[in-house]
Order: sequence, then C-alpha cells, then structure tokens
Amino acid sequence: MPTAVEFRHISKRFGKVLANDAVSFSIAQGTIHGIIGENGAGKSTLMSILYGYYHADSGEILINGQSQTIRNSHEAIQLGIGMVHQHFMLVEDMTVLDNIMLGMEGGFRLRSHRARIAGELVKLCDDYGLAIKLDARINTLSVGEQQRVEILKQLYRNANILILDEPTAVLTPQETEALFVILRLFKQQGKTVILITHKLPEILAITDEVTVMRAGGVVAALQTAHTNQEELAHKMVGRSVATELPRQALSAGNVVLQVEDLCLQNQQGVHLLSHLNFSVRAGEIVAIAGVSGNGQSELLEILAGMRNLNGDKFAGTVQINDCQLNYQKKDATLAAKLRKLGVSHVPEDRLRDGVVKEFTVWENILLGQQTDKIYLDKKKCIAASDALLRQFEVRPLDSHLRLSQLSGGNQQKIVLAREIAAQPKLMLVGQPTRGVDIGTIQRIHTELLALRDAGVAILLVSAELEEIRALADRILVMSGGCITGELNIADYDTTRIGLLMGGLHK
Amino acid sequence: MLEDFHVSSILVATIRSAPILLFAAFAGVFAERSGIIDLALEGKMLASAFAAAACTYATQNPYLGVAAGMLVSCCIVLLQGYVAINQKGNQLVFGIAINIAMSGLTFVLAQYFFQLGGRSPDLGAARFAVWNFPFSDWWSTIPALNWLLGKFLGGHTVLVYLAFALIPFLHWFIYHSRFGLRLRAVGENPHAADAAGINVAQTRYLALLCGGVLCSFSGAYLAIVQSGFFLRDMSAGNGFLALTAMVFGNWRPLQTALGCLMFGFFAALQIQMEGVAFPVVGQIPGSLIQMLPFVVTVIVLAGVMAKSVGPKALGVPFVKSR
Amino acid sequence: MNSELPRWATNVALPLLNLLSAMLVAAGVIYLLGESPIEALGILLNSALGNIEGLGYTLFYATTFIFTGLSVSIAMQAGLFNIGSDGQMYLGGLGLTLVILQFDASLPTWALIPLAMAGAAVFGAAWAFLPGYLQAKRGSHVVVTTIMFNFIAASLMNFIIITYMIPAGEQNPASRVFAETAWLPRLNSWIPALGDTPLNLTFICALFCLLAYGVLVWRTRWGYALRAAGKSAHAALYAGISISTVVIVTMLISGAFAGVAAMNMLAGSMHYLSLNFTNGAGFIGIAVALMGRQHPVGIFMSALLFGILIQGGSDLSLEKSNIPPETFVFIQGLIILFCGAMENMYAPALTRVLHLMRGRKAQGEKHA
Repeated sequence: MPTAVEFRHISKRFGKVLANDAVSFSIAQGTIHGIIGENGAGKSTLMSILYGYYHADSGEILINGQSQTIRNSHEAIQLGIGMVHQHFMLVEDMTVLDNIMLGMEGGFRLRSHRARIAGELVKLCDDYGLAIKLDARINTLSVGEQQRVEILKQLYRNANILILDEPTAVLTPQETEALFVILRLFKQQGKTVILITHKLPEILAITDEVTVMRAGGVVAALQTAHTNQEELAHKMVGRSVATELPRQALSAGNVVLQVEDLCLQNQQGVHLLSHLNFSVRAGEIVAIAGVSGNGQSELLEILAGMRNLNGDKFAGTVQINDCQLNYQKKDATLAAKLRKLGVSHVPEDRLRDGVVKEFTVWENILLGQQTDKIYLDKKKCIAASDALLRQFEVRPLDSHLRLSQLSGGNQQKIVLAREIAAQPKLMLVGQPTRGVDIGTIQRIHTELLALRDAGVAILLVSAELEEIRALADRILVMSGGCITGELNIADYDTTRIGLLMGGLHK
Repeated sequence: MLEDFHVSSILVATIRSAPILLFAAFAGVFAERSGIIDLALEGKMLASAFAAAACTYATQNPYLGVAAGMLVSCCIVLLQGYVAINQKGNQLVFGIAINIAMSGLTFVLAQYFFQLGGRSPDLGAARFAVWNFPFSDWWSTIPALNWLLGKFLGGHTVLVYLAFALIPFLHWFIYHSRFGLRLRAVGENPHAADAAGINVAQTRYLALLCGGVLCSFSGAYLAIVQSGFFLRDMSAGNGFLALTAMVFGNWRPLQTALGCLMFGFFAALQIQMEGVAFPVVGQIPGSLIQMLPFVVTVIVLAGVMAKSVGPKALGVPFVKSR
Repeated sequence: MNSELPRWATNVALPLLNLLSAMLVAAGVIYLLGESPIEALGILLNSALGNIEGLGYTLFYATTFIFTGLSVSIAMQAGLFNIGSDGQMYLGGLGLTLVILQFDASLPTWALIPLAMAGAAVFGAAWAFLPGYLQAKRGSHVVVTTIMFNFIAASLMNFIIITYMIPAGEQNPASRVFAETAWLPRLNSWIPALGDTPLNLTFICALFCLLAYGVLVWRTRWGYALRAAGKSAHAALYAGISISTVVIVTMLISGAFAGVAAMNMLAGSMHYLSLNFTNGAGFIGIAVALMGRQHPVGIFMSALLFGILIQGGSDLSLEKSNIPPETFVFIQGLIILFCGAMENMYAPALTRVLHLMRGRKAQGEKHA
C-alpha cells in the first residue's frame, strides 16, 4: 500500500523540553492509523508540525512519497491535510456555511459564491451521511453536531489525510459509534485517517495500525490486530500499570453532604440539572461517572460555590453537615463560607480556577485560606508552604518561585496538596488526573484513598472509567443533567455504565 | 421656548458635525472588529488634524493636507500594530500613551513651526470647496427645496459626502465581502481563522491601516473644514465619543452611524441651548451643557439602553497555542 | 511572562531600559527642534537638583505625583486602569476647599488640616465611585468611564468655581485665599537650609502612605484579595473573593489617594482653589505607576523623576522657547508607551545577554 505520510527523524525542542525526538514512522494510505501516548508524549506536537503550526528543528516529512516543507496551515491544506482539533476551531457567532467558507471564499464578493458553495456542501453531506443545517449558527449546535461541521470543513477542502485529535472526549458511546461509521466510510473512499487518542478500547475498535509514543519518541509501531490493551498500556507507560490500589473496607459514617431535588435551569431555559438526589457519607468515595458536558461540571460548580447563578433558576436543597446552604441569594463569597464549613475543592480546570499564575508558590498555598488571618506573616507562610512541598514531593522545592515557573504537573500537585492540607470534612474533586502523568496519577489516587480511610467524605467527578473503578465505593451515572443510575463498586459493569452514560435510565 | 430651537439649522448642523464622529467610529469598528482595542482614536485624530492643517497651510492644497494626515495616522497605526500584534503589549495603555504623547507633540510642533501659541495659522481660502446641486437658480427660489437641496443635502464639502457614503459601503464591506468575513473571524476566534489558513497578524494590520486612514479623515475634517486651523487638544474628547457610538452600535456599521448621528444631534442642540430659558431651571450655563455628551456616554456605557457585546477576542493578543 | 528572567531584571533592568528609550526618543525630538539634548539635560538637572531650593521644589512636585501614582497603582493591582485620577484630584481639591472655607475661621490648625484631608479623600473617592460601581455591576469598562468623568469634572468644576467660588468684586476664577490656620506647615520651618520652598508636611504624609500601601497590598488579607481579583477572576471566585466588592472598594481608595494629592498644592502651596490647578498631575500618576511597576520604591523613584522633569522643565522652558512645557507632556506619553505598552520589548534581548554571560562565566570557571 502506498504511504500517505512518512516522518523521518522529526525533532522539535521547546526551550529545555525535547517534545519530539527523532520521530520516524509511516502511515499507509487508506488506513485508520492510531497514535497513542500519555500527556506530554509528543503526539500533539507532531501533528502540529504536520499541520504547519510549528516547524520541526530537523528531519523531513514526506506526503505521498514526496518530501514537503509545510510552512503554515495554508500549505498543509493545499497538500490535502485536514485537522479536526480537540477544541473546535469554529466562530460561534457565524453560520455553518460562513465557517466552512472561511479561507476558501472563492472571491471578493460573498453573495455570488454562497449559493454555489452551499450546493457543493449539500452533496458532500449526502455522500458521507452528515446531517447538518448550513444556515444554523454554531452556538446553537450540540457538540456532536459541531464536530460534524469540523469534519465537513475538512472534506470541503479536499482533505485526503484527516487528523482527528481526541475526537471522542466529548461524545457519548453512541455518538462515538456514529463517528466511527463515518471514519470507516472515509477509509472505503481511500482517505487516510490519523486518530490521536489515549483511549485504548478505541484503538482496538477502529484502527488498522497504531504507533505508540512516549516522552517525545516512538516506542512501538504495531498492527492493531496483533496487539491488545495490556501490551499497548505497557508500551505507553513503560512499566506495568498497577490497577489495584490497596484500600480498607468501607466503613462509612454520618452523612456529610445531602443533596435533595436539585434543579438548575439556565437563562436559555436549558435544564442543566434535574431532580438530583444523593448523599455522601464520611469515609466513602462517591464517584459521578459520565461524559463531560452532562451536568457534572455544573453540579461541582454549585456545590463549591463557584456558580454565580446569574439568570439561573435554582431549586432544591443542599446540606453540608446538617447546615443548609442558601443558594438563592447571589453570593460571590460562598466559596469562602463553604471552606469554613470544612469543604475542600480541587477544581476540574485547576490551572484556571485553582491557582493564580503570577503569584508565588507560597501565595498560592494561601489561596482559599487567606481569610484566616489579617496580617500575612511571610516567614510563617513560607515555612508552611515548604512543609507542604516536601510532603508532596513538588519540584523544585522553592516557595519563592512564581507558580508559572513550575511544570504543569507540579502546579496541579500544589492544588491537591493545599486542599488536602486543609483537613476537610468534605472534598469535592473534579477530573483529578486530567493532564497529569502516570506517576502522579498513582500518587493522587493513593492520597484520595488515604483521605477516605481517614474519614473524609469525597465526591469525585471523573470522565475516566478506569479511575472511577479504582477509587469509588458508589457510582452515580449522570446523563443529560439527571442521575440515570446508581451502583455499588461491587456491581461494576462497563456495558451497563456505558448505557447509563448514554442516557438510558435504569 | 420651543420656538427658540431652529430644527432646520439643528439638522444641518448635525450633518456638518457628524463626519468627525463617523470617520473615527468607523476606524474604531475596523480595529476592534479585528480584535484590537483602539483607545488611540483621540491621539490619531489630533495628529492628523495638525498634519493636515500644517500641510494645507504650506501647500495651500487641502487634498495634500488630507494626504499628510493619512501618512501621519498610518505611521501611528503601524506602531500600534507592532505593539499590539508583535509585542503583545497592553492595548489600553498604548492608547492612553499615544493620546498623551500626541497632545504634547502637536503643541510643541505647532509652536515650533508657527510661533502662534500652539496653533496653526488660519487656512483662509485653502479649505474644501462646497458642492452644490445643479440648477440652483431654479430651486433656490422655493424655500423648502432651497433648504433641502441647498443646505441639508447640498452645500457640503467632499468629506461630508464621503462620510455618509461610507455608511452603506462599510456595511456591505464588513458583512458581504471576503475581507469582512475574515476580519470578523479574526476578531471572534483568531484560532479558528488561523486554522483556516488566514494570516491573523496580516489581517489585523490591514484592519488597523483602514482604521488609520479613516481616522485621519476625521482629524483632517476637524482642522480643515470645521475650524480652518489647528488648535491644541482640538479633538476635545471626540475620539471617546466615537468609541461610545461604536459600543452603542454594537460594533455594527449601521447602528454605529446612528449613534454618531445621535451625538452629532446633541452637539448641535447644545449650541442652540445656550441662552434659551427653560421652564423651572432657567438658562443652563454653558459649562454644564458642555458636560452633556460625556454624561450621555456614561449612560450608554452603563448599558442602560441595552447590554452590548463586543467581538469575543477583543483585546486578547493572538498567541498560536497548541 | 518573563519567568526566565530573574526578579532584578524584570523589576529594575527592564524599566531602566524602557526609560532610556523614552529619553532617547525625546532627545531626538529636541535635537530636531534645533536644541542640544545634552545642554537641555544639563539645564534641567541643574535646576532640579543643583541647588537646595531646586531640590525642594522637585520634592514638592514629587509629593503630588506620589499620591496620584499610588492612586493609579492600587487600582492597577486590582486589574483596573483608573485614568480618572486627574478628575478625582480636582474634586478632591473641591472637597478640601469646602471644608477649609467653612471652618478656617473657627477651627485650629491641628483639627482643620485632618478634616480638610478627609474632605479631599471623600470627594476624590466619591468621584471614583460611579465608574467603579458601573464596572462591578454593569461591566462598563472603567477606562472609558473614568476618562469621561475627567471631562465632566472639568466642566463641573468650571461651573462651580466661576458661579460660587469667586469672592465678590474679584475677576480671577479662583476661591478666596485660605486663612493661615489652613496653611500646611512648610518643611523649611523645621529645616531652614531648604530655603524658600513650598515643600510641606504632605511630603511626610506621602512617605507614610507609600509604606501603608506596601503593607496593605502585600501583607494583609485584603491586599491579597485585591491582587488575586486583579490577576484571575476565576481564582477569585474559587477563593470566595467578591470581585464587585474589590472593584468598588479599590476605586474608592484610589480616588481617595488622588483627592489627597490636592492637599499638597492647595493647602500646602497655593492656598486657594483655582481653575485647572491639577495641571495634568493625574496623568503623570499613570506614568509613575507604570514606570514604578506599582511598587512603593518604584513609585517613589518615578515620582521623583517626574518631579525633576517638571521642576527642571519649567526652568528649561524659560530659557529655551523651542522646548515649551508641553514637551514634558510628550515625554510623559513616551514613558507610558515604553514602560507600559512596550514593557517587555527588551526582555528577549536581555535574556540572551544573560545566557551569554552565564555561559562565559561557566567557561571561565571551567578553565580556572
């Protein structure tokens, strides 16, 4: 089979970090080729070089057998390379048609070209089974629909090599299947699909070949049919991944968090949360499973006091340690009040919500707890901060540094360290291991289990079923803003959870 | 009291003062639609006004004066682009810096060249000729037509007609031309535009240049047509009134033009208000009337009329992130 | 942003480079105007620092700029760009004038001065309140609203002074002269060596305020909340900090600082309220805050620099008609440009130089 893309000794350095280290492999035409690796493995960088965002420091790329220099995304498009990003590159205020036309308008006057392009797009939609309304504004479309617009955009530009970056991160299992149907159609038409993902089941489900990357280099190039999840996981990580972590038997105490009939409707009338009823007891981990975007983030926001309820309609009661919280009044200091009640919060987007980049490390350790004292004694604060850094093995161990001088992983450790050190009664945790390397994942899981064993009530939101399986005592599945099902860890069943995630109620 | 207000002359005065705001507000629309906050309208206006007045005085040719204004404004705009796009610096601070710097520099240069206490000499006859409708001996005899064709629609200088002609043209340009589509994309989601193969920096520079040219017309109009000379700080806050009209108009050309006309109307009304005895309050002193446009600005910005939302990427320097 | 550069580089070296750039551009313009920049610099420095009286005047001007610099700085710490210091100072002048005119016959100095200062602070704060409130509750950008309030202040004060303040029979648009009980003690009464100078108690006050600002912003929990809210709205929400409260309170404090700036000129030197007495001091405060990077020491040094420019500049303008006072408005704009908008222009070059120096040093150690 002819080769669509070949990488020869591609290297790229960003400052001290060697993001790509002499990467060499080839992708056959008419196949679905998977690239897997952890965060920081270099797969995104490699694709960015292929799409013209970055220029490799050394090495060459061959497209269809010919060496090419891709200086910008415009040139990549000319070569037939299309990319569907993880975060969609769509202008929300403009229509689907305008978004697709962007960069390929056809002429100075738009009107005369709009009708022609619309005609061509309708035909493409029919050919590939994409159901899209061309005159809808992007901000009225669902996530799955927006992804289809992105795909249509690439098709319109005659993309023969389609790169998909973590496409299923925001899709339900059923939507993922629909996507795979489209990808198989592409393969039939002779197009090449490059799938970047970290989800091992998907690699096995749809790809023909898979390249494993680790720490900037290629570790293995395998035929999917000849490998399995364990081998892939092993190659991805470099060592056997322990899936079982030690934990004590469940001995849950009093109810710490009680949520009754919680309903949330936003300004547009969308029901974000519908009639949620659950409780979390001391010493247990309750995990909320579900695809991102089904209300979990909103639930965490409300419980942590981070939703400003502007224009929202709220109903229901939330009790923490028998203290009922008043959410009706818009209160920007609610998060501080919650901390006084013994609530800790590790936010989903830690680096946006949980830290101030420009502050020093010791000032970040104070975040959330700054209301305790009037005068901030710098020496004492630094001593406390140093102790925490030592305990959680943050490198470099220097409280005077600005937070932005630490790596992303270490910044996350600081957030976790701080929240744990507050000795909470209730811990709210969102996606604790997103964007974190495997060694730290183990550490974080161990810490959470230790908290649980010490009698802390933990509410965990995670999109990673493996993580839930490792940590939860009870699992609540959310879909469309409702709790579609609840099960104990002993009854864990992937298929059932997948269906519940997809919206089928128990 | 109402008889004291001559509506007809107010309307004509509105047309005469609108171009200052129209040109500047459109300049703002170009810059901000591409994602760059433009607080420097005031400074660019002032610099162009000085350049236009000085050049017109030296060459006795108002067209060359306008060209000089364009040149100066474009130089400032290139610096603005360098700071906002290449240096990714603070766009608000840049605007304030230019306004203050130009306020000082224009005075110093005017003093150096003309020794008249920071102003330029009167341009006398070297201002634009007035355009009249043909057959004036026929319609000038009918009072209504005389006013309509002689004063309201006719009898203005070329820049006035240009300003009003720009209104429909800019609407078409921004919504129905290729450049307009790219401009809007760059201001709403530059990453999307970049992924589509559009050069974000180049689009922003071009938008700034369009704005620079338009803003220079505003300054040239101030100096050549309205006053006939350059005076220190003659922009008098018009740059900010133009920005407010743009916010009022939701960054859309047609509504922005409406906002400018509204301000122009108030300005014309203002002149007539002095000396008029109002019921209860009597005569309103001139300095308080002077305050009115700025008070209106605050009311508009307080979103009392409606919340207006600017381009999403406004003020955020574009950094390719992967 | 400049995480690769050490603190001293970002806080001292870069501002100095930026200042130098501004000065070079100014020197270029002065040269084009037909004057020698070196000679101009000499006259300027001699006037401002060469004799004790000049120094006194320099410090006098610097005092005002310390207050307006503090005003802009504290707002910047909360992420707000308060351009309205000039108008707030103007209104502050009104506040202190009203107090003094009312009480200067009845109250002794030790009661009158603090009361007048309170009046200045309250009026300055009040003038900053509405822009702060609109930013917090309606999202109206504080930059444009404060600029509008500057214009409104000019018209309003014009009206008030001319209509209400001019004593009967006078023509000058100014209030009557304050009674001597309202005159701030001058420092030359304690340090006679200072000579004839308007340098007064406000200077000591300014130094205290710099210290208070430093402690408030960096060592109290309110200062922490202020800085957090200014740097990350998300983190502030996470920490339970109410951004609206921070915005409004900060603008009030900012306005108060600007209002008190008026004490220096009015109660310390002129002893009456006159039209446009601020003379652009509020805008100089912006340059001071940017150049001084909102740090107490930086603010002091920058205010001093501008004191030198204004004092030296006024003598320079008298000697050289081609360098009118407005030249210093231009220089002000240049400093705001280089220290504010282009502050990181030299960062890449400086980083490279430091790397080279470290490399050479390491090589030197290897050979040793």
